[in-house]
Amino acid sequence: MRFIVCVKQVPESNDLKIDPNANRVLKKGVSTIINFFDQFVLEEASKIRKEGDEIIAISMGDSETKSTLMRCLALGADKAILLNDEKFLESDTFGTSNILAAALKKIGDYDIIFCGNSSLDTGSGQVGPEIAERLDLPQVTYTESIENVEIGKIKIKVQTDEGYSIIESELPLVIAGIPPSYYQPSIPPLPKIIAAQKKPFEVWNAEDIKGDKSKFGSAGSLIKIIKLYKPPKREQGIVITDEPKAAIEKLMELLNKDKVI
Amino acid sequence: MADNKDIWVFIEFKKNSIRGVSFEIIGKAKELAKKSNEKVCVVLLGSNVSKFCEDFSYHGIDRIYLCEDSILGEYLTETFSSILINLIKEYIPSILLFPATKLGRDLAPRIAAALETGLTADCIELDIQDGNLVQTRTVYGGNYLADIICPKNRPQMATVRPNVMERSEALEKNQPEIINVPIDIDPNQLKTKVTEKIETTVIDIKPIDEADVIVSGGRGIGSKENFKIIDELAGVLNAAVGASRAAVDAGWISKSCQVGQSGTVVCPNIYIACGISGTTQHLVGMKSSKKIIAINKDPNAPIFDVCDYGIVGDYKVIVPLLTEALKEKLSQD
Repeated sequence: MRFIVCVKQVPESNDLKIDPNANRVLKKGVSTIINFFDQFVLEEASKIRKEGDEIIAISMGDSETKSTLMRCLALGADKAILLNDEKFLESDTFGTSNILAAALKKIGDYDIIFCGNSSLDTGSGQVGPEIAERLDLPQVTYTESIENVEIGKIKIKVQTDEGYSIIESELPLVIAGIPPSYYQPSIPPLPKIIAAQKKPFEVWNAEDIKGDKSKFGSAGSLIKIIKLYKPPKREQGIVITDEPKAAIEKLMELLNKDKVI
Repeated sequence: MADNKDIWVFIEFKKNSIRGVSFEIIGKAKELAKKSNEKVCVVLLGSNVSKFCEDFSYHGIDRIYLCEDSILGEYLTETFSSILINLIKEYIPSILLFPATKLGRDLAPRIAAALETGLTADCIELDIQDGNLVQTRTVYGGNYLADIICPKNRPQMATVRPNVMERSEALEKNQPEIINVPIDIDPNQLKTKVTEKIETTVIDIKPIDEADVIVSGGRGIGSKENFKIIDELAGVLNAAVGASRAAVDAGWISKSCQVGQSGTVVCPNIYIACGISGTTQHLVGMKSSKKIIAINKDPNAPIFDVCDYGIVGDYKVIVPLLTEALKEKLSQD
């Protein structure tokens, strides 16, 4: 079977500065890392792989994104594809999902497409379901665990508001997110980092993936940020350090005065 | 684009009731409709949902799109999306709003992709300016807010975070027009099916993203048994119980209670954090709560930087005292 894992490179910290001339954050010089939800799904894909299965990591980005894909290769992906073209720049989720779907069509043959449940920077969690729609594939989101996989079908436990559901689906399908409760991203050991250098790494541009270029990048973006700003600051709170009984009395007084309760 | 009109609200059901967030979105939709001089319509999909039409006749709704069939008893992305896509193509709304719940976040992007239109996730505010829906959401871990529009395409789509908008107030009864939506789905053609449901939460309890008050416990709680102290305070306030990732990982409480980046983002009126230090991943999930009360024995815990009221002390002593004080206060009211 072939598993494809879509990964995104995100700023290492969300403490970013705004470009005052445009409604976006300044990304130049900001250090980036693999979106950890994406690394998590890659590690989950590695767990269910059997002998003969293949994992391809794919990401849209610039030359810096290569480091994220190299990390994926060191973590168990067999091949990496970087989607890099000026025409891809400034894509919103509509553009991104069109580009990824076009690349997936070029790959052609796959059983499961994995996406992280959202990204740590903009975090809309939309790209996975959008890819599924464009490729006319079934999807699951909020995956708890993959119960069973065999040729052509899969059994998945998904989170619901009441608990869980077991969903059976045909393959191929898109797993758009496995939210981890606890997760310490693993750091690949040196021999695997070295071995990753020898694994296949391809770079595809807009010509390679074909598709409708008017739907890529800033030209194809449908949403527009008209204002990007700091949220109103919370007022400095009152922290009480008195003995327990006195502290509770003080708190109750404050809650009464401020009509919280 | 000129033909698109009306504001639609997708209604989500929970068991045998309407999810509260639906009325919050209706409240906002009515405000927007007044500005843009449009109608507010609701879309009901489910197996036994026509009985709810009555509930919507007290909210100034102009039209109900009703699609009822036993096949819709279980939510499946493929059934719900195919019905909605056809319906939207036929009646072409100008704005389409979904709750930012597990279901809404699964369904809305699929529809946006099919209709080739923009979608903004997890909106905390909506407004109309120059004929566009201005959609506000948090980005970059809550460090920034973005106002977003979808200028060229229609419908304009958004998912709306529960608990941030004012609920629609009941009005005098009206008679919304009901449009029965035909269903054309061959069950044998479906690619997915739900084969089992496992309920882990008590049905009567609101999901944490809809609770007005949440009492949360973290690593500092120390054991599953100690969560009783949290439960007791929650009981007095009729609150939901939440938890940090550390408490969930330790197996003290179910994952559906987890507040934070990898759990649920919540925005209650009151959030009480007990024995929670306040990791970034937890703060992202709760810092837009209207009032935050923190109890922690470490005076340097980051939770005190975002709280409105904090008490430095052992939660085992403080929380029972608070429970008593609140019980007394609420019995007087």
